Amino acid sequence: MTQQADERLRQVSLFNRLLSRPEIGALAGALLVFVMFSIFSWDSSEGASGFLRLRAVMTWLKFSAEIGIIGIGATLLMIGGEFDLSVGSVIGITSLLVLSPIVLYGWAPWQAILLTFAVALLLGWINGSLVNGTGLPSFIVTLAFLYIYRGLNLVVTRALTGGATRVDIQALVGQHGIEDVPGAREFIRSDFLAQLFSGNVWGTPPLMKWLANIGIMPTQVFQILDPVTNQRVPTELPIIDGIPVAVGWWIVLTLIAMFVLQRTQLGNWIYGTGGQTESARNMGVPTNRVKVILFMITAFCATVLSLLQVFETGSSEVLRGQLKEFEAIIVAVIGGTLLTGGYGTVRGAFWGALIYGMIARGVEIVRWMPNDWFRIFLGVGLLAAVLFNTYIRKRATEAK
Amino acid sequence: MATPLIELKDVVKTFGSVIALNGVSTSVDAGQVLCLLGDNGAGKSTLIKTISGVHKPTRGEILIAGKPVLFNSPRDAARYGIATVHQHLSIQPLMSVARNFFMGREPTIGSGPLGIFKIKDASRIAKEEMFKMGIDIRDPNQVVGTMSGGERQVLAIARAVYFGAKVLILDEPTAALGVKQAGVVLKYIAQARARGIAVIFITHNVHHAYPVADKFTILKRGQSYGTFMKDEVSREEVLAMMAGKDELDALESELKEFDRADKAPSSPFEAGAAAQKAIDSQR
Repeated sequence: MTQQADERLRQVSLFNRLLSRPEIGALAGALLVFVMFSIFSWDSSEGASGFLRLRAVMTWLKFSAEIGIIGIGATLLMIGGEFDLSVGSVIGITSLLVLSPIVLYGWAPWQAILLTFAVALLLGWINGSLVNGTGLPSFIVTLAFLYIYRGLNLVVTRALTGGATRVDIQALVGQHGIEDVPGAREFIRSDFLAQLFSGNVWGTPPLMKWLANIGIMPTQVFQILDPVTNQRVPTELPIIDGIPVAVGWWIVLTLIAMFVLQRTQLGNWIYGTGGQTESARNMGVPTNRVKVILFMITAFCATVLSLLQVFETGSSEVLRGQLKEFEAIIVAVIGGTLLTGGYGTVRGAFWGALIYGMIARGVEIVRWMPNDWFRIFLGVGLLAAVLFNTYIRKRATEAK
Repeated sequence: MATPLIELKDVVKTFGSVIALNGVSTSVDAGQVLCLLGDNGAGKSTLIKTISGVHKPTRGEILIAGKPVLFNSPRDAARYGIATVHQHLSIQPLMSVARNFFMGREPTIGSGPLGIFKIKDASRIAKEEMFKMGIDIRDPNQVVGTMSGGERQVLAIARAVYFGAKVLILDEPTAALGVKQAGVVLKYIAQARARGIAVIFITHNVHHAYPVADKFTILKRGQSYGTFMKDEVSREEVLAMMAGKDELDALESELKEFDRADKAPSSPFEAGAAAQKAIDSQR
């Protein structure tokens, strides 16, 4: 289709065009934070920025990914006009729900994972249905469930474990012929579903080796235990062994969510539901169903993060995931999503998560910067983001 | 005479002991604009809600093309081609023209909510349909918030027409608009009429109603004051019937008293006293 030029469409400068995109603030912020920490972490003795060293990059990338995964759910839900404050508690519940059957009852990991997703979607469905049914603000309903889910988790876990609030894969030793903790990890990692949530993205470890072989990737000598001779052998390996699987999930889920939001009917319905629910309903959008779906997506994202953490640490705790609900909302807001709904992008949340991760890990890398500064940075960043977003939205909606 | 497209016969609507509509009859032909006039509380809203399927009439009937119908919901009414454009509740200001145009009825590849939204087709159709209504939108991806109030109303009208509306109910489309903007909307009401749609235009502004209407039904305190063709009545007569001649006369003389008091005020206190006297004399 050829677009004939319309004389009233004035040539908008690239700068102005960029300024009317909701995610632009987050992108600019991400660049700013990146440059800032690259400079701050300059180490004159090494002649390099600590922040830019490959292993450091992987650290902050992985942290961004973890927060970004729940940020996607929060963003979609917030565009749909609702909040979910029970995300952290859902993370707590699902972390125990996946590990307990494996460790205590001898389930195969894939069975436990399927059960966990099913229960998580049910929790999301409950949230959404109650918000629709009661007509109360989701802020209140999910705040209640923040406590209910957390409390339920504590009660059930204590009952099942006889008082403990923690489950560890160490308890697998002795079952399935497993001899030690690395053996237990290997047992879980060999499961076809569990391996999606642990280690590196498929195909990246050989890629790193190849990059090291052709000299692009720096290498380091590691002392590796030889299982046959039981002696430590110095081995030259690439400095990073692969891309963490969390980063893979983050990117894939972001791409899927972007597609759904911009290119499908559901996407149009999500924007409509969040913008003016009454109006969307008048036009035939099933707004209640849209909201339930969004709450289920949010719970799904929380579960993905939960599984990633469980299979990395090899343990589950009742209190895991506390404050994650707010981090997810922060990521969405920094990304340019409007708190009142109807406006925002998943792309913005991607940059928002990157900002969050870079600041959180950056203050640890920059030696002269006290760790305590992290929260101050984050608070100021949040405020700046909201101010900037308000300005952008005004520009976008004002008649020119 | 042909059967009217939509006809109301002696429609009564009561809410408990409140009689909101007491025997209203009127009709609209295809390609005709009926203006439903009435002051606040005259029963305009109840009447359109009854026609658009929100309320069921307590007594009386609604006929479409001569056949009596009973609507259980607005969706039911929509199936008969009755579309209602509300003043505020039909547009998403933060979404683009094209996305608004197809809200809830998106053209998709594949079925189900995950069907791919054909945004290019949507943009093209939205631009074309707006053009048919006489508005050449610059860019179908522009956010509706950048459009004027009148243009937003036209978008809602164009959308209803595109999705097959035969009867278009416009609920106070000009109420919140300035003179120029109201003119824009009136022009598109005439456009819709030219395309053979029966338009029911609800307003309390005679100056907006008179130029575009073919027919007036005047509602007063839940009753029909009568239905008149345009050539039967003048603008002043319509206004007089709507507000009540006696009340208007009383208002006029009252205002004249103010006027007189304004012209010769020796002190603000005296002017106030004169105004008070004028009001007292009206009681």
